[in-house]
Amino acid sequence: MEVVIKAEKLSKAFGDFIATNAISFEVYKGEIFGFLGANGAGKTTAIRMLCGLSKPSSGEATIAGFDIYRETESIKKNIGYMSQKFSLYEDLTVAENLRFYGGIYGLGRKELKEASEAVIKNLGLEQERKKLVSSLPLGWKQKLAFSVAIMHEPKLVFLDEPTGGVDPVTRRQFWDLIHQAAARGITVFVTTHYMDEAEYCDRISMMVDGEMKALDTPRNLKKQFGVDSMDAVFYEMARGAKRSD
Amino acid sequence: MKQFIIFIRKEFWHVFRDPKTMLLLFGMPIAQIVLFGFALTNEIKNVNIAIVDQSGDWAAQELIQKIQANRSFSQGLLLNSEAEVEEAFRQGKVKVAVMIPPNFGLDRRRTEGSQIQIIADASDPNTATTLTNYATAIIQDYQKSDLLPGQGPLQIETQTRMIYNPELKGATNFVPGVMALVLFLVGVLMTSVSIVREKETGTMEVLLVSPFNPILVIIAKAVPYFFLSLVNLTVILILSVLLMDMEIAGSLGLLYLSSALLILTALSLGLLISNSTASQQTAMLISLMAMLLPTVMLTGFMFPLENMPWPLQVISNIVPSKWYYIIVQAIMIKGQGLASVWREMLVLMGMTTVFLTLSIRKFKTRLA
Amino acid sequence: MEVRVEHISKRYQKPELQALKDISFEVEKGELFGLIGPDGAGKSTLFRILTTLLLPDEGHAEVAGFDVRKDLRALRSAVGYMPGRFSLYQDLSIEENLRFFATLFGTTIEANYDLIKDIYVQIEPFKDRRAGQLSGGMKQKLALCCALIHRPKVLFLDEPTTGVDAVSRKEFWQMLKGLQAEGISILVSTPYMDEASLCDRIALIQEGHILSIDQPKGLQEKYPRPLFALRAQGMNQLLDSLRDKPELASVYAFGEYHHLSFKEQSPQGMEALLADLRSQGFQDLEAHSIEAGVEDCFIELMQKSDGSSN
Repeated sequence: MEVVIKAEKLSKAFGDFIATNAISFEVYKGEIFGFLGANGAGKTTAIRMLCGLSKPSSGEATIAGFDIYRETESIKKNIGYMSQKFSLYEDLTVAENLRFYGGIYGLGRKELKEASEAVIKNLGLEQERKKLVSSLPLGWKQKLAFSVAIMHEPKLVFLDEPTGGVDPVTRRQFWDLIHQAAARGITVFVTTHYMDEAEYCDRISMMVDGEMKALDTPRNLKKQFGVDSMDAVFYEMARGAKRSD
Repeated sequence: MKQFIIFIRKEFWHVFRDPKTMLLLFGMPIAQIVLFGFALTNEIKNVNIAIVDQSGDWAAQELIQKIQANRSFSQGLLLNSEAEVEEAFRQGKVKVAVMIPPNFGLDRRRTEGSQIQIIADASDPNTATTLTNYATAIIQDYQKSDLLPGQGPLQIETQTRMIYNPELKGATNFVPGVMALVLFLVGVLMTSVSIVREKETGTMEVLLVSPFNPILVIIAKAVPYFFLSLVNLTVILILSVLLMDMEIAGSLGLLYLSSALLILTALSLGLLISNSTASQQTAMLISLMAMLLPTVMLTGFMFPLENMPWPLQVISNIVPSKWYYIIVQAIMIKGQGLASVWREMLVLMGMTTVFLTLSIRKFKTRLA
Repeated sequence: MEVRVEHISKRYQKPELQALKDISFEVEKGELFGLIGPDGAGKSTLFRILTTLLLPDEGHAEVAGFDVRKDLRALRSAVGYMPGRFSLYQDLSIEENLRFFATLFGTTIEANYDLIKDIYVQIEPFKDRRAGQLSGGMKQKLALCCALIHRPKVLFLDEPTTGVDAVSRKEFWQMLKGLQAEGISILVSTPYMDEASLCDRIALIQEGHILSIDQPKGLQEKYPRPLFALRAQGMNQLLDSLRDKPELASVYAFGEYHHLSFKEQSPQGMEALLADLRSQGFQDLEAHSIEAGVEDCFIELMQKSDGSSN
């Protein structure tokens, strides 16, 4: 299996505080990888390192085969990123946002046009293409933001709490999009506070106090803890945590 | 009352815990004083002056020596004709020229007097005005010292400003200006930003949903900045007296009273801005962009208002710091009392009332 | 009746948005009432109207016996409000924040200490720490203490658990149960469906109107069809396949299972479906009948209202 993320003893310290402590794991092509943990467990720090935004204090990692110390520019070309907070420009239209982000990732005129059309068609936004993003419901914005993040067909996409506050129906539609992307071979690295969504991941990792305390399929994790839901697994693990953000 | 007091205490906590606010509040006046005092001083030293002596008599020699002795001017370039003066101006060798007419010594003893022509390079009107003022002052000084018994003084028109500033010190020009600028701008900026900050962080929502009268929220916000501005004023005065050898000619009490009035005007304008904006950035932008330029331009201390086109002179009337500048000049430099500044103080009071009324009217006890 | 809301509507101008459409409900004294719905459903607007921060366009509302339009001051004294985002002074310490809000409401920490004691003792060891340096869970506890310090009759908590992890969320709900016992009426909004079951009654709200108001149990019992959970190897393929089955009334992913219901109820329905799926090659099929949860009800009501409005 093709390895897309390979991290070995990756650490980041801020002064005395070790935000991320020697985490090692691999993520494979086309996998949906759930990255869970309580607030302050070190998730954001880890994601920043993996995106090439923050230099690790020690350890090694490659993203899509590129080294996170030396080849951050290549990494950025091969990943997509979407978070609950930053996604789209509210004062631009749907079409303008697509054009802008496509342009950033260096899509040619023809590619851009095709990719934009595909996104608009896939989301059923034909009527809304000239509307301002601010006028769309939250769920649509999030689906559009995700589509924009993978418009350049990256090898890997990071999703930071993409479905926070979204209604249950749209949340499921969002996960349909994630499954579609994964089926195309895009690796999905996702964080969430919804434990039912953890079940939709191929594998789950659990961060506790900066360390990766568990990494397995949802089914095996439940077996390991002798509980019947991911909610219970999470609660069992996070309860022992000493720190929160 | 207890609520009011704790609110004010809270505001002081905010100020003292935010290095940026502290810097703005106390760093700005100090920086301004130092900047204006040492770098941007309007005082002019060793300016190249051209002297054309067409008479060659002893009286002219005496005057030339007086000009050369003044530290405002350099040794002086002695030229022979108006043509040479023009050439010197064109080459930028001199900024100002004094033309002593033929028969100077003789004419000045006659009743009609003599005419000394002062030519200045007006491409920089401020410097030109200052230089002609300096030259005129020197000539007048010479005139006074050389009076013969029973003779009337020669009429040379001089600007009144020079009379009150015989030593031609720069500090007297800029200290009232810095006071006007700093007290006004800091006041507007501080109040506007501090209220808008509560809107941004969402604490305004919590304050509104408390039984505390919302109007008092606004007033309590202004109180700390009122006192801090007075401290600010004291810092400026101490610096000017100690560093700039500034003397305060008039009543210190009246100076504080009128300053308090300007601060109130500034605070009420700040309140008005904050009640009309929703983000700190907008408030900051309005305070700086819409206030800084007019205040600097139209207060009258950087650029004399007399030299401005009339529309700007009219507009300058709505700049509160202009009126304060007039008051401070009168009190600090001319040593005048309430009798000569009450009109300007009345203008400031009027402005304060208008700003306060508007901001209270604009203030919403609910969101949106 | 501590809260009475009658036909409240609110429309925003910029951007043009009907935030609330004809909302009516009542909350009894000492009741824990949940407002469940996604972001943008109108929960915050409703809370702001009930705390007098916004005026409704239409309708009438009373909180603790005071009219939201007329009795501004009296109403504000009677309620505690915790807005959606952290709204305390970050540059003030825990104790300074608490003392400030106590004094603002004309009381003291000491006078109402018994009410906040159970919550405050958890953050008291850090009382000199600035609020900006606290963890999410601690900030939330401090905000709750500040909202409670004047012993309000009605407490409004706007999404108190958003962005807070599962452990802190559980603790927070336990605290609310404790406050309820003190006779305080609590209105709490949340986008998390799983929290709904902890409320006495819940209103499901979506796009500005209330889909349903009921006890969590009652809501679940009203689910119109028997609901089943189904799983197999290859959950995504299974979902795709199930979506093509004309006999199903609803099917959607739900954690490790897919939830589904049949258009027509018959004892053989499930057997036939399983046989069908087996013939398509699905392995390890496992199905059982389940009770509908709040989220199932929400999805059902959302789809029903979509169908009726379109």
